[in-house]
Amino acid sequence: MSAKPNWTYSEVGDDKTVKQWKMDGPSCGEEEEPLHTILGKTVYTGIDHHWREAVFATCGQQVDIWDEQRTSPICSMTWGFDSISSVKFNPIETFLLGSCASDRNIVLYDMRQATPLKKVILDMRTNTICWNPMEAFIFTAANEDYNLYTFDMRALDTPVMVHMDHVSAVLDVDYSPTGREFVSASFDKSIRIFPVDKSRSREVYHTKRMQHVICVKWTADSKYIMCGSDEMNIRLWKANASEKLGVLTSRERAATDYNQKLKEKFQHHPHIKRISRHRHLPKSIYSQIQEQRIMKEARRRKELNRIKHSKPGSVQMVSEKKKHVVAVVK
Amino acid sequence: MNANQAAESNLLASNQQKELEDLPKDYPLSTSEDEGDKDEERKHQKLLESISSLNGKDRQKLADRSEASLKVSEFSVSSEGSGEKLVLSDLLEPVKTSSSLAAVKKQLNRVKSKKTVELPLHREEIERIHREVAFNKSSQILSKWDPVVLKNRQAEQLVFPLSKPQSAFAPIEHVVNGWKAGTPLEQEIFNLLHKNKQPVTDPLLTPVEKASLKAMSLEEVKMRRAELQRARALQSYYEARARREKRIKSKKYHRILKKGKAKQALKDFEKLQKVNPAAALEELEKLDKARMMERMSLKHQNSGKWAKSKAIMAKYDLEARQAMQEQLARNKELTQKVRAASESEEEGEGQEEEEEPLVPDLVNEVQIKANGLNPWMFRNHFIDAKEAEVQKDLEDPAEPEAQETSESEEEKAVVEEETLLKEFEERRSLRQKSELNHMAEPVHRRVTKDPSSQEVLSDLRALCQKLSTENHQSGKQELSSARTAQREEPAREEEEPMLLQRPERARTLDELEELGREGCVENEELPRTAVEGLQLEKNLSNHIGAPKEKKRKEQMIDLQNLLTTKSPSVKSLAVPTTVQELEDEEERDQRQIIKEAFAGDDVIRDFLKEKREAVEASKPKDLDLTLPGWGEWGGIGLKPSAKKRRRFLIKAPEGPPRKDKNLPNVIINEKRNTHAAAHQVQVLPHPFTHHQQFERTIQTPVGSTWNTQRAFQKLTMPKVVTKPGHIIKPIKAEDVGYRSSSRSDLSVVQRNPKRLSIRHKKHLENNCVD
Repeated sequence: MSAKPNWTYSEVGDDKTVKQWKMDGPSCGEEEEPLHTILGKTVYTGIDHHWREAVFATCGQQVDIWDEQRTSPICSMTWGFDSISSVKFNPIETFLLGSCASDRNIVLYDMRQATPLKKVILDMRTNTICWNPMEAFIFTAANEDYNLYTFDMRALDTPVMVHMDHVSAVLDVDYSPTGREFVSASFDKSIRIFPVDKSRSREVYHTKRMQHVICVKWTADSKYIMCGSDEMNIRLWKANASEKLGVLTSRERAATDYNQKLKEKFQHHPHIKRISRHRHLPKSIYSQIQEQRIMKEARRRKELNRIKHSKPGSVQMVSEKKKHVVAVVK
Repeated sequence: MNANQAAESNLLASNQQKELEDLPKDYPLSTSEDEGDKDEERKHQKLLESISSLNGKDRQKLADRSEASLKVSEFSVSSEGSGEKLVLSDLLEPVKTSSSLAAVKKQLNRVKSKKTVELPLHREEIERIHREVAFNKSSQILSKWDPVVLKNRQAEQLVFPLSKPQSAFAPIEHVVNGWKAGTPLEQEIFNLLHKNKQPVTDPLLTPVEKASLKAMSLEEVKMRRAELQRARALQSYYEARARREKRIKSKKYHRILKKGKAKQALKDFEKLQKVNPAAALEELEKLDKARMMERMSLKHQNSGKWAKSKAIMAKYDLEARQAMQEQLARNKELTQKVRAASESEEEGEGQEEEEEPLVPDLVNEVQIKANGLNPWMFRNHFIDAKEAEVQKDLEDPAEPEAQETSESEEEKAVVEEETLLKEFEERRSLRQKSELNHMAEPVHRRVTKDPSSQEVLSDLRALCQKLSTENHQSGKQELSSARTAQREEPAREEEEPMLLQRPERARTLDELEELGREGCVENEELPRTAVEGLQLEKNLSNHIGAPKEKKRKEQMIDLQNLLTTKSPSVKSLAVPTTVQELEDEEERDQRQIIKEAFAGDDVIRDFLKEKREAVEASKPKDLDLTLPGWGEWGGIGLKPSAKKRRRFLIKAPEGPPRKDKNLPNVIINEKRNTHAAAHQVQVLPHPFTHHQQFERTIQTPVGSTWNTQRAFQKLTMPKVVTKPGHIIKPIKAEDVGYRSSSRSDLSVVQRNPKRLSIRHKKHLENNCVD
């Protein structure tokens, strides 16, 4: 599903159609029908709308670029044959697209030159990607291996940052409009907020009834987060849980700013650190974190042992960032 | 209907295409390629074909030209029949003859000269190259964002949305022009302004001012400018000079300057006297008045800021002491007249004191030095024998001054210098003969047995202590002397309460101990005679002291024991007790070697010393709450009385025993506070490279209590500011001053729709419903 600037939105379905709907609901007694329906040859798995123009892109077996006024794609791009799960337009340099396919790769396209640009293959499948709305060349990929990878589009061989905290596959990711943070939805029934430049999450949201979170979006004023989960609910969260909503007096604002600054200043002190890091987690997530910590430690130990017991220089320590990138295809 | 027709036409078209596609398959291989074959082969082929054609089905299709015919097509050139391979040059033969076809000939030659075109690249290869080029292009486009991204990442504060609505500020002229005076008051003001021709928009100069400016002639302006320039230059020069002189730190320089000034003043005065006696008299009166003023205000006493600062410094700095004395001398001078009145009394006292010839001159001299700091105190003192004499010496030059005013000032200076010199000598002699003094002292004691000389005796004792504390600062001896000093103090108090008010009393125990500690490092030399003197002193004082002293002495001895006897015990600990003799010998040898190697540095002693220091440092300190000058006289050289000090000294409670008390060769640091450690940062956080950096950031306060409002606001500024309900759009090229591409992505895509495959198109055509 993809919203558009002119009060309509498109959706794709398993029935090989692209439907365009009005944004406002039907009036009384009127039956709701789509404005347009386009029948395609293959199943469309994802759709994204251009940020400025009346253009949208769909993905399935290939990436198609559609003009809203036409019934056929104006351009279609492929690189091998694979089912592409999602496609996203770059919000700043709007002719760039990123897509992720089920053969574990992320492919970048240039719409103007009508050609794919580069492909990076990761360890596991990437579910979706999201571009940073303030930094044109940065995007983050939500991966099945519980991690998120932030890439610089120009240097795909090493991710800029590996974000890890989830204990199950990450299904969706969306950037805050400020470009400083992003939110990720995971199969582990929680959503997490990561700062772009940190590898650990700042916040985790979960409730007892929220099941696997499928999609997540950050609102345009950067104050709220919306998530949709398996039990068919949409939830609205505050992006900053402790922030006071509503009008603040200047003194109140000064006080909160001061408190924030103090927290930041003393963040390294053990007790303050403990308090600021502490989050209550559901038992399942908590125990899984412990388990995975043990697994990770064991893997690390094994690697160290391998290095220790082999000829010096023959086995190298691979950094966490490089570990997950299999190859970059030109 | 339409659809049906379209379907029909489609079908037709496809049928035709099929036919077209079929045709070439049935044709034999292109003949031109097989021309090189031999004739026999060809004949054989023909035969075969003729045989196969006997079937009758495809006879028409085999319409091969086998012999020369008139009908020659330009599309199918065949050399069949000629029996040769067709060569381009043969074809060109007719061209050679006609000159009109020269251009064609040239072209053909060019074609001939060119080599065969390379095989086109593989499709995937081509795509790869395309991709690479496209990637480079787009990453180049993206790299223009680098500075923007960097700037935003490093920004102290980002306020979203980034693009603000442009607030239109019209220039003031426009606003003024558009505005008209409405109210009567405004009209009145405008009328006034217009009458005066006051500039409304650009308030620089009124027309009158402009006119006056123009009226000044060129020469005048130049002259005035030059004058102003000169004045400015002079001013800056003087300022610079004054600044430079002010910066000179040398006291000597300032003293010389002062003296020079004084001399100059004197000379001027003399000149004035010669030329104009009346004026000189006036000047003199002025001086006298200044003296009187000084007397009234007592400015030259030690209450001034300068004097106070010097008093602090006087303890350590010779020069400061000198300056103090100079100042006091001046004070004395200026307050001379009063003293002249009370001279008789002092003389009387002096005579009384002179009756005691037992006290040697040397000792008294020393006392004068000690008391020289404060003339007021020194007047109250009636014990000092020589004091009056010295004072007389000081006064002597002053007396003629009163009579002969003309010479007074010059003499004064001389006298000052003399007194200073004297004091210097005194000090030097004091240092040299302090040892002698100690030797002499017991002798004096023996000589003075009668009770009347008891006072003198006690005085001497005090003096000795003072000297000893000042001059001999070596560890143990110092400690012992300190003890004796403390022991003696109460006794002396009983004898002579007035003694306590003297400017320099014997120091307190703490001070002495401190001195002793310092002395260990500073002063190594230990005058033998002084030690002897001290020991004698100790002996003397012992039979006056109480049983308490013995205890102290024992302690003292213990300390000494520690120093001397501990080292062998430590050694014995290091050596195992049950060893064979051979090993023992070997070890002894080794130890000998080690000993020789480390002959210079006594590690054990150093360690013991270190431990002693650690123990000393960890001991709880007594708290002294005495306020000097509270309830009694205070000032330079005055210390609160012993009673007061005793009363306000809070003894620190004995701490728990040290953990390393019974471990001779271990120092356990008990400073680490485990409660505090829980709150301390253990590892240096990431961006910091040195712990001092981190400490400094933590030490810098943020709150408004310690900062100005502006600084507080700046310090607590949040990094990202967003407003609820305000949509933040992705950053745009226009926002950051870049030129955005004028062409839309859509138009670019529509111009080159090369990628849409035929197959896909066909498919779409078939499927589209709408």
